[in-house]
Amino acid sequence: MPEGTGIGVSVKRREDARFLMGDGTYTDDINRHGQTHAIMVRSPHAHAKIKKIDQSKAKGMPGVVAIFTGEDMKVGGLPCGWLIKNQDGSNMVEPPHPVIAQEFVRHVGDIVAVVIAGTKEQAREAAEALNIDYGVMPAAVSLKEAVKPGSPQVWEQAKGNICYDWGLGDKAATDAAFAKAHKVAKIDLVNNRLIPNAMEPRAAIGDFDRATGDYTLYTTSQNPHVIRLLMGAFVLSIPESKLRIVAPDVGGGFGSKIFHYAEEAIVTWAAGQLKKPIKWTADRSESFMSDAHGRDHVSHAELAMDKDGKFLGLRVETLANMGAYLSTFSTCVPTYLYATLLAGVYTTPAIFCNVKAVFTNTVPVDAYRGAGRPEATFLIERLVDIAAREMKMDPAEIRRKNFIQPSQFPYQTPVALQYDTGNYDATLDMAMKMIDYKGFPARKAAAAAKGKLRGIGMSCYIEACGIAPSAVVGSLGARAGLYECANVRVHPTGSVSVFTGSHQHGQGHETTFAQVVSERLGLPLEQIDIVHGDTAKVPFGMGTYGSRSIAVGGAALMKALDKIITKGKKIAAHLMEASEKDVEFKDGKFTVAGTDKAKTFGEVALTAYVPHNYPITELEPGLEEQAFYDPLNFTYPSGCYIAEVEIDKETGTIEIARFVASDDFGKIINPMIVEGQVHGGIAQGVGQALLETCVYGKDGQLLTGSYNDYCMPRADDFPNFEVQHSDKPTPCTHNPLGVKGCGEAGAIGSPPAIMNAICDAVGAVHMDMPATNEKIWRAANAHMARAAE
Amino acid sequence: MYNFEYQKAGSVADAAKAATGEAKIVAGGMTLIPTLKLRLASPSKLVDLGGIKDLVGIKAEGGGVTIGAMTTHAAVANSADVKKAIPALADLAEGIGDPAVRNRGTIGGSVANNDPAADYPAACVALGATIVTNKRKVAADDFFKGLFETALEEGEIVTAISFPAPEKAAYQKFRNPASRYALVGVFVAKTKAGVRVAVTGAGEGGVFRKKSFEAALDKSFAAASLDGIKVDAKGLNSDIHASADYRAHIISVMAKRAVAAAK
Amino acid sequence: MPTTVSMTVNGKKVSGSAEPRTLLVQFIRETLGLTGTHVGCDTSQCGACVVHIDGKSVKSCTILAAQAEGSDVLTIEGVAKDGKLHPMQEAFREHHGLQCGFCTPGMVMSALDLVKHNKNPSEQQIRDWLEGNICRCTGYHNIVKAIAAGAKAMA
Repeated sequence: MPEGTGIGVSVKRREDARFLMGDGTYTDDINRHGQTHAIMVRSPHAHAKIKKIDQSKAKGMPGVVAIFTGEDMKVGGLPCGWLIKNQDGSNMVEPPHPVIAQEFVRHVGDIVAVVIAGTKEQAREAAEALNIDYGVMPAAVSLKEAVKPGSPQVWEQAKGNICYDWGLGDKAATDAAFAKAHKVAKIDLVNNRLIPNAMEPRAAIGDFDRATGDYTLYTTSQNPHVIRLLMGAFVLSIPESKLRIVAPDVGGGFGSKIFHYAEEAIVTWAAGQLKKPIKWTADRSESFMSDAHGRDHVSHAELAMDKDGKFLGLRVETLANMGAYLSTFSTCVPTYLYATLLAGVYTTPAIFCNVKAVFTNTVPVDAYRGAGRPEATFLIERLVDIAAREMKMDPAEIRRKNFIQPSQFPYQTPVALQYDTGNYDATLDMAMKMIDYKGFPARKAAAAAKGKLRGIGMSCYIEACGIAPSAVVGSLGARAGLYECANVRVHPTGSVSVFTGSHQHGQGHETTFAQVVSERLGLPLEQIDIVHGDTAKVPFGMGTYGSRSIAVGGAALMKALDKIITKGKKIAAHLMEASEKDVEFKDGKFTVAGTDKAKTFGEVALTAYVPHNYPITELEPGLEEQAFYDPLNFTYPSGCYIAEVEIDKETGTIEIARFVASDDFGKIINPMIVEGQVHGGIAQGVGQALLETCVYGKDGQLLTGSYNDYCMPRADDFPNFEVQHSDKPTPCTHNPLGVKGCGEAGAIGSPPAIMNAICDAVGAVHMDMPATNEKIWRAANAHMARAAE
Repeated sequence: MYNFEYQKAGSVADAAKAATGEAKIVAGGMTLIPTLKLRLASPSKLVDLGGIKDLVGIKAEGGGVTIGAMTTHAAVANSADVKKAIPALADLAEGIGDPAVRNRGTIGGSVANNDPAADYPAACVALGATIVTNKRKVAADDFFKGLFETALEEGEIVTAISFPAPEKAAYQKFRNPASRYALVGVFVAKTKAGVRVAVTGAGEGGVFRKKSFEAALDKSFAAASLDGIKVDAKGLNSDIHASADYRAHIISVMAKRAVAAAK
Repeated sequence: MPTTVSMTVNGKKVSGSAEPRTLLVQFIRETLGLTGTHVGCDTSQCGACVVHIDGKSVKSCTILAAQAEGSDVLTIEGVAKDGKLHPMQEAFREHHGLQCGFCTPGMVMSALDLVKHNKNPSEQQIRDWLEGNICRCTGYHNIVKAIAAGAKAMA
């Protein structure tokens, strides 16, 4: 392997130069000849009947090419990717999800019409000239209100606004555990609704080739093949062979760009109708009311313990907001990505979780960085802290007492997952050492001397990455497979193009995937090209989400590389007149054991394409291989985060004094990139804990519809994060790279660490997120009042 | 944005003549352009003061400073004259928006716009500034009339703001974590004529003076003088970012901190 | 009515047609085809559109093209010379100060303006300076490191 380009090296990113020089190509940077512009006309009401759309004035306005409403665009609805069964075995309520609203609008921002014109401003002006007569209806907005008897109904067929009533675990065994409990810790919590806010607003360009009848959609997507499948098969009935999806450089996703959105279908369909390219780019205000939101749970949970603080049972009741329609993966987030994680890193033997998914007149809610796992982790790790208080035990001690031990793997949890490996004491030890846990009382006293309240809080998270295997998720209601595909094309002169279904939008695959190839084939990075994001180039792919790229896409790449080496050995054996079984491949060279015979990878590649001296009767020419990899299990990264905060009692302002992270991601391809992923995840988690929340008014108006009101974390909101990888890592046991995935860990592990630290500082049992200055101030005052008594 | 005519004024007189009817004046544009982008205003014409050199600059005079209306926040923040005469004013300017906003945003624009969460109105009121227009001079106390309302008449343009130097002063801002505007901003100035305390960000009607604080501080200019003086939450904003009660409390805290920090 | 707007961009004199309402960022991206300057919000907060006008950082989404008439504009495309990264850009690469790359041009332009004012900024000064630049990927940690290193490299 060339020096310093293989697995485990912090190779500088190959994609950076283009981004740093302004040479990236994001969707909005693309312009097609003869392009027109679309403006989506959106509902100003949370719930209304569309009585009449008067286009007479708008139609004749300058530049207007077409106006389409739900009446014009009668196509398939946007599909939901996962069918959840109710506890009684019946199916969830799955209402239609029209691309353009049909008869009713169900959230502010719901698309009512599209106006297409020569320029964006012309389209906007015509859009404003549409005269839409709405019959405003009462709206179900908050979770708690929506499930109350007599609440307005989002969908007639969903009684009480319930989409499904689902359960996981053994209820009887859990009840029995509570019956013998020494103590029970309880919590009522809200997991605050978030708006993902990737910095690049969504955009889509539909294009149609009259000559071939081919459609092309350029879109801000994390998974172009998924969009092709969903839009082609379910919405527009365009065969895959006539539909190309290009997701070029994408400016962050965090889940919000997984889903198939209406605007994609609209511009593609309208391009076919008008035979013109059509571009749509969201303004940020539009993103706020049309990108899928995240989280939004209301939960009650109880933890039963014996007299030693050993966990006996956990029961959880959760209401999960779906919004007005079922977005692509909305239904699996609060079920199979949430309740399955409720064992956490603990041996709790009996768990039962009931989740009721609820329709509201709000933007659809779907996966956002962590998707279900942050909600589970927040609930467990807050509850465990409350349990420690109840038991008068140190938070670290009660965790250790209940950790699954290294000797117990593979460990079957009571909530369906089987963890393959882990070492939770190792990351806890490391984080406690990093922060000098023992020194905390002295630091608290020093803070108190300055009039500040100092608190410390920890969180021991586990997550499940690379959702799989297909057969299992299929049996649970998934309507897709969850494998990944890689194609490795070795060119005649020995350079390599890798076509991967894993899409990168910040993760650095162009570097890390190339490192895997460099390691395996012994090639310098300059000879390796990583191609992604275009269905016309990449054979197939399920895309990037759930921290799956390296664990699933990387494994598929390894499989394809193995096939390349196997074929290369056959060619080399022929060239060196040796037996195939004697040929070895290492550092880019094929050699024959026990001899000095050698052929370089380049020589073998050339031979494959210039097969003059070639075993032609046994082997086809060419050197290109493809592999699909369907994992045997999830991967299970885990770790421990500890936060130390200092609070100004007078104002409730909070400073994060330290934040330390110790993660076990198994084997690591590029430590620099992994640390960067953790930093970003922590920032989003701290954002959830302290700053961010989506607020709707009672009438369903979005009150946090811009950065003036939705608080995006800034540089001065954070300290430096101290991030280290476990000194006793536990590589994944079932994928060829031993990797686990690292994209979401930070967002999963950090909110409870911060909130535990705040509750510690102000002596509160619980505080809902975000912990605003005012909330902290009130809690600190209550604390001081209690102390004074 | 709705379309409009654009005119770059060569002089204040030109601008005043052009700025009639549905026309709007643009100074730095840091508030007006975002407003136009969101289609919340549809002026027939934009009259740009950006080319009028006379409106830019800082003059030290009579111990105080006179700042041209088109002087940017960055220029005020970095001005040796301002730092010397009224360091609190330079600090305030340094805390407005972000660096790119400070490079475009102007004192005249901020004062004429009178955003209820803007910083400059508090400085003007507390320091007893005089707002100079093309027609007259207006005392700050008479200039700010409520939310986005000022004493400016049609065709009247702010040309400069004159700040007398206080004996000491400080501004303390408690920021809205999202917008970074003042959730509460308190400017305290100890002047020859007495102590003046102006509060921005918190009031339903924009900037206001806190007379009870002034009276207490006139007796003794010390943070402790404000102990026990209750701030009534009535008339204060209450929104998704903070309750009126909290704002009332923060007014006290910021005022005390400003007194302690005054120089 | 569209008029002709002229200015110097990255050292070259350019002119193009613009409506009065055309923003500088639209002129740069759509008329000049320089798409390295991005638009991430509509409330002048995210900073993805930061360029320099007459040597100072400005949000190009909050100034009309007409207001920039006659000025000297530097965009991200003008920072590297002869295809070689500027030391500040190199520092971002070296310290992994970017992930998706969308906020990056604005970050670099703001960083360059900071160094003009402060040749050796502290961590806190860098964090404060970035108030008007939002990044969703990096948690700012490596951006702050990169800017400190970039400033040193420029000294």
